[in-house]
Amino acid sequence: MLRSRYQDIIAQTIVRIMVPFVQIYALYVLAHGHYSPGGGFQGGVILAASLVLIFLVYGYENALERLKLATAGRLCSLGVLIYAGIGFLCLLLGGNFLDYSRLAPIFQVSLPRARSLGILGIETGVALAVMAAMYSIIMDIVNSDTGNGESHAAGHEIENGETSSDGK
Amino acid sequence: MIWQLDLFLLLFVIICALAAINVRDLLSAAIILGAYSFFMCMLWAEMGAVDVAFTEATVSAGVGTVLFVAAVFKTVRRSKD
Repeated sequence: MLRSRYQDIIAQTIVRIMVPFVQIYALYVLAHGHYSPGGGFQGGVILAASLVLIFLVYGYENALERLKLATAGRLCSLGVLIYAGIGFLCLLLGGNFLDYSRLAPIFQVSLPRARSLGILGIETGVALAVMAAMYSIIMDIVNSDTGNGESHAAGHEIENGETSSDGK
Repeated sequence: MIWQLDLFLLLFVIICALAAINVRDLLSAAIILGAYSFFMCMLWAEMGAVDVAFTEATVSAGVGTVLFVAAVFKTVRRSKD
């Protein structure tokens, strides 16, 4: 039932207007995670929520056109790679894991600036991974049946059987 | 922190929690759980934990409700017990 396209002009128009603002807000939350509430996880979840909003109103296939599940899996891996890559880069440069101050000579910036940029990079990776994982989980749960509406019909049969057995 | 507002929001949180447990329709339970998360988020924000409130609003009230609704559509809608 959730897979069928939900035809409602009001919901579709509102979502079409809202989604860009939701995504801009997610990027704001991500970029200002150092010194205000928010950060990579929350920004990623808001990004995923905007995609889920598209899926809820415009349908399953339409959401898959925007972001395929294979692409989402690659994005999830890419996020983990960014996180671990920055961490191990610091390790290779002689510091501890995620010791951002070691990145300062590479990017030609001051130490505090290097720490700030390092945290921003980490949070970008976290946001990518969280967005792709949340999106994949919801799309997989919705698409977990094999056919179109078969499991739904089966569920109704079970429901009817239960009510009839209760009636006896 | 205003303790009257805390108490008021806590009352709504408890009402929503009890309703989500006791209601027979699983779809209604999922929606009431979303309302529970929303009041919980307001309670966190009012007590000064804005970061926790942010996470509660995005994860639980935003994505979690959709997750539960999608799960309800995969099973029967009525609760058995």
